[in-house]
Amino acid sequence: MNKVEQISIFLENKPGGLEFVTRVLRDAGINIRALSLADTSDFGVLRLIVNDAEKAKQVLKENGFTVGRTSVVAVLVPDRPGGLHSILEALSKESINVEYMYAYVERSGEHAIIIFRFNATDRAIEILTKSGFTVLPGEKVYSL
Amino acid sequence: MIYNEEFETLPREALEALQVKRLQQVVQRVYHTVGFYKRAFDNAGVKPDDIRSLDDLKRFPFTTKQDLRDNYPYGLFAVPMSSVVRVHASSGTTGRSTVVGYTKRDIETWSELMARCFVMAGLTKNDIIHNAYGYGLFTGGLGAHYGAEKLGASVIPISGGNTKRQIMILQDFGPTAICATPSYTLYLAEQGEEMGVDMRALKLRVGVLGAEPWSEKMRQEIENKLDITALDIYGLSEVMGPGVAMECLEAKQGLHIFEDHFIAEIINPETGEVLPEGEVGELVFTTVTKEAFPLIRYRTRDVSRLVKAPCRCGRTLVRMDRVTGRSDDMLIIRGVNVFPSQIEGVLLNIPGIEPHYMLVVDREGNLDTLEVQVEVGEKVFAETGEVKVLQQLSRRITKDIKDYLGVSTKVKLVEPKTIQRFEGKAKRVIDKRTI
Repeated sequence: MNKVEQISIFLENKPGGLEFVTRVLRDAGINIRALSLADTSDFGVLRLIVNDAEKAKQVLKENGFTVGRTSVVAVLVPDRPGGLHSILEALSKESINVEYMYAYVERSGEHAIIIFRFNATDRAIEILTKSGFTVLPGEKVYSL
Repeated sequence: MIYNEEFETLPREALEALQVKRLQQVVQRVYHTVGFYKRAFDNAGVKPDDIRSLDDLKRFPFTTKQDLRDNYPYGLFAVPMSSVVRVHASSGTTGRSTVVGYTKRDIETWSELMARCFVMAGLTKNDIIHNAYGYGLFTGGLGAHYGAEKLGASVIPISGGNTKRQIMILQDFGPTAICATPSYTLYLAEQGEEMGVDMRALKLRVGVLGAEPWSEKMRQEIENKLDITALDIYGLSEVMGPGVAMECLEAKQGLHIFEDHFIAEIINPETGEVLPEGEVGELVFTTVTKEAFPLIRYRTRDVSRLVKAPCRCGRTLVRMDRVTGRSDDMLIIRGVNVFPSQIEGVLLNIPGIEPHYMLVVDREGNLDTLEVQVEVGEKVFAETGEVKVLQQLSRRITKDIKDYLGVSTKVKLVEPKTIQRFEGKAKRVIDKRTI
């Protein structure tokens, strides 16, 4: 299936926390393709899609971070009014829940790319594909 | 005023003669009824007959909180359960609390000692006592309640919590005395002020406050805010509950220990050696009249000092200094006793938690706060990397600690390897409170 591997990094809410992550990734020559920061009052979780997830995990762990992995889905969204809505409509009909989503940095032709985390990943991919949307495979996303 | 003039003003010689007689009896009794004491005395090479003077007590072995836990729940009871009319317990992890029992006569003794405390605070049967100690397994609520009834005063059994209602009752019911922890009393005073109530205008005259260490400064603050006299009461469930010792209104200088029921010693906590009068060390109690749960040389871990000099109130009973600290790592959070090891026990029962934690104790306003810092390890995070998993973990820790230990905490998840590692004895507690 066309899943994308997202890495998550646990961060305490304190100055310099995020800067250290980006420094470790820069030093390892890793390119961040998409990111989102979820925060609570006490801590944050940085979600990243990078060009080399394995290497990123390895260098982050070496530097003492707690790193998790999550399967997410990258979907091509028509870059016009109602584009995102058409996708959510298809999913909502099938009772798929979006846990969170964030936009990709780059466009792909006439499309924007949105990263979704669903409660039922495989089923969501199936529905999206059947409804005619393009789900991007991991390799493509990492190297766009 | 003195409730029991005869026993509270005995000349020291007569008092000590009474203590020896009662000590001989209790030592005989525990030796023959409690297996733990028989083994402990035999191991130490002492026999009940060895008690010929008070000085002989120091040859007998100590009893510790761990001994109480090891004999959970009823192993140290000296009477059959058919003679036990009530049990109380202190908090503990997963059921391992310390359980104490009382016969009908024990309850009567306790009630009398609490009545003595109230009289020592200047109260009579004409007083109305607002009892904000918690009712339940904790000894505070029922202990003070029975004492107040014994005295013939009117009790308002309000128990703890529901502060707004407490303030309303303080205004409407017109209590003249309050029993509570010092920190809760101060909290009540401040909440009342915030609600626009003139807390100095209440009928309250006296506070009988205890169950946690407090300072002279805190006393002044309470006295100012409520326009009352605030007195210190001491006790612990193992020895009986509140009413082991009480400060008198006349001198307000040290707490009179009811020596006709308890023998107090001060020891060096490192060596166990008994220290001369006036030296600071760990308080050790032997109960000489308790039937259901007698204790021989129980190490309280409370740090204090004993003074035998006569008191201007007329009592001949020895006085202990207000407790200034602990000789172990026990924390008292809003009146609840908590050992770091108990929190560790709770944490280790939660899957995915790293065995590294730090406890930060502080005081916000006048209420103690406890923050538990826990490292977020791979185990809990790697599978999903989701925020909600961490939030669930945080809630679970708070709930489990509350359920098992009865204390509210704030959980702070921290990055791995950020909590200091220790090679020797770990320092798990940062206590920022200044008492």
